Amino acid sequence: MRVQAGTDVAAAGWWELGICGHRANSSPPRIETRAYEKEREMAIEQTHRTYEAPGRLGSPVELHDRYENFIGGRWVPPTTHEYRENPTPSTGQPFCEVAHSGAADIELALDAAHAAKESWGHTSPAQRAAVLDAIADAMEESLEMLAVAESYENGKPVRETLAADIPLAIDHFRYFAGAARAEEGRISEIDDQTYAYHFHEPLGVVGQIIPFNFPLLMAAWKIAPALAAGNCTVVKPASPTPWSILKLCEVIGEHIPGGVLNVVNGPGAEIGKALASNKRIAKVAFTGETVTGRLIMTYAAQSLIPSTTELGGKSPNIFFEDVMASDDAFLDKAVEGLVLYAFNKGEVCTCPSRALIAESIYEPFMERCLERIAAIKQGDPLDPETMIGPQVSSAQMEKISGYVQIGREEGAEVLIGGQQPHLGGELEGGYYYEPTVLKGHNSMRVFQEEIFGPVLAVTTFKDEAEALAIANDTMYGLGAGVWTRDGSKAFRMGRAIQAGRVWTNCYHQYPAHAAFGGYKSSGVGRENHRMMLEHYSQTKCLLVSYDPNPMGLF
Amino acid sequence: MTATAEALDLIERLRDKHGPLAFFQSGGCCEGSAPMCLCESDMPPGPGDLLLGEIGGTPFYIDAEQYARWGRPRFLIDVCPGAAESFSLEGLEGMHFLTRTIGGTQVCEIAGSERPRS
Repeated sequence: MRVQAGTDVAAAGWWELGICGHRANSSPPRIETRAYEKEREMAIEQTHRTYEAPGRLGSPVELHDRYENFIGGRWVPPTTHEYRENPTPSTGQPFCEVAHSGAADIELALDAAHAAKESWGHTSPAQRAAVLDAIADAMEESLEMLAVAESYENGKPVRETLAADIPLAIDHFRYFAGAARAEEGRISEIDDQTYAYHFHEPLGVVGQIIPFNFPLLMAAWKIAPALAAGNCTVVKPASPTPWSILKLCEVIGEHIPGGVLNVVNGPGAEIGKALASNKRIAKVAFTGETVTGRLIMTYAAQSLIPSTTELGGKSPNIFFEDVMASDDAFLDKAVEGLVLYAFNKGEVCTCPSRALIAESIYEPFMERCLERIAAIKQGDPLDPETMIGPQVSSAQMEKISGYVQIGREEGAEVLIGGQQPHLGGELEGGYYYEPTVLKGHNSMRVFQEEIFGPVLAVTTFKDEAEALAIANDTMYGLGAGVWTRDGSKAFRMGRAIQAGRVWTNCYHQYPAHAAFGGYKSSGVGRENHRMMLEHYSQTKCLLVSYDPNPMGLF
Repeated sequence: MTATAEALDLIERLRDKHGPLAFFQSGGCCEGSAPMCLCESDMPPGPGDLLLGEIGGTPFYIDAEQYARWGRPRFLIDVCPGAAESFSLEGLEGMHFLTRTIGGTQVCEIAGSERPRS
């Protein structure tokens, strides 16, 4: 199946694209009867037109002028009395104001979280699961609203948020509702009169710092396991995307006991630090770049608390010769697999930003890929036909532009793109960059540095050994892709690539229940799986003797 | 390892406000190629860090492997309007430092039209 400019998203079947990972084959989606899918389809069918911007007549998103922090189940103005304008990257124009909080607001949020932690920590797994399910149900009812809000603030195409971000976030809460119910302690029989009972206990209050690239989905990845394990959380959203999570709080706030979830917005250097270095948190979780990751881990070390970090990547996407053995659906899927570097405008830690292509098929394979890339429709993210929207900020766009220039100076060949498009009208003020492909070799900076934009670096390899060597010649180890019809080769490569997630004959699927996290400089910890409950729990061991006799030592 | 007059100016102001500082060149993910300006006491350099030099009396570190993979470029640190999106201290002033490569391309050439977020 191909996705081309102007293709009807519903007809194309996003679920078949595997973005959401619910459809592994041609059978009906496992959760087809879910209301949110119907709503999504209806939403897409009804709107071949562009969604109205939040706050405008006909928009599904109600908009206030100003947004406060969400603390203790209430809206609380920042103690600083300061607010900052929040722009949409699609035009560069501000659309609301959001709290510009200080360290004192983090303390308020921690007060609320600590006030709630005893009660929430003793809530039964069934009750916690019911809360997570209620969150999911509320999100489902507001799926379209959340999808439009997320698209407008971040710039990601609404067809992605309708089909991927929000449905995946909903499913994530449901997954951890189930995981919380299924969680068990363990008993070790030391001898027939001595037993070690292992219980999971909540950590208490945790701090979570969310990146700008999937503001709601990454929030769900962090909030769901924390709450499922019985913790209260203080969340600091990314500075470029402070608002959509507040719309989420409007939707789910009434379903969560006050103080269990708190959201505080403000500058990272002040409130991010105030949260991550705070002695009143029992764990810190972060997604972002390497130095802040190290800083977070340093703060955690100083407080003697655990941390989980999900950092950068420069993921290889490897295409072996046999992908072109037949001109069939699999080849089509592989071509799409390469083009997925443009998913979410390349602002993905696992962006398949290095394509390694077997030398023998390079020309014909790239020809097909470039044809597909040329058909990518760029524009207003609220247009359901748009496939790529603006970068999240002008700084990101200019960084991308700078890297492409570096690539040119290093001698990389620009195969397509390589500039900012002129989209006309108010979009001229937005932060757009054309999907770009650079041909070069792996020692170039554009193959080594994470650009975090729609820029693909392409090179070739002669054999499996060289493909593996190039794949692993990077500081990072978050994701990788392997495309081949040879199952044994796929398995060998998958095991040998130093990365936490190796997509095999697929890419960019993020279903709950598949562990996600990095090797090497890409972070510590595994999200998206029930093992995350361990990252949010203490282990209590009761070592019990049923022997009435003394040990006899004294 | 050099810095523009504007960057040196800001470094001095930040030092007056926060005390001794240290720069760490970041990599990867959202704020990837940004130089991070931190309080020196917040994060001691590790065994893998390379001291590239000083700007305005402030040490500038980069991960040694990262520096090698970047081709050992010479850096010029500049500053532009628009708050840093990370923990970097200049974000509090509505500014962000950026790393330019001397004799090559600017890693982050920020347009003059950048609208301050603050």
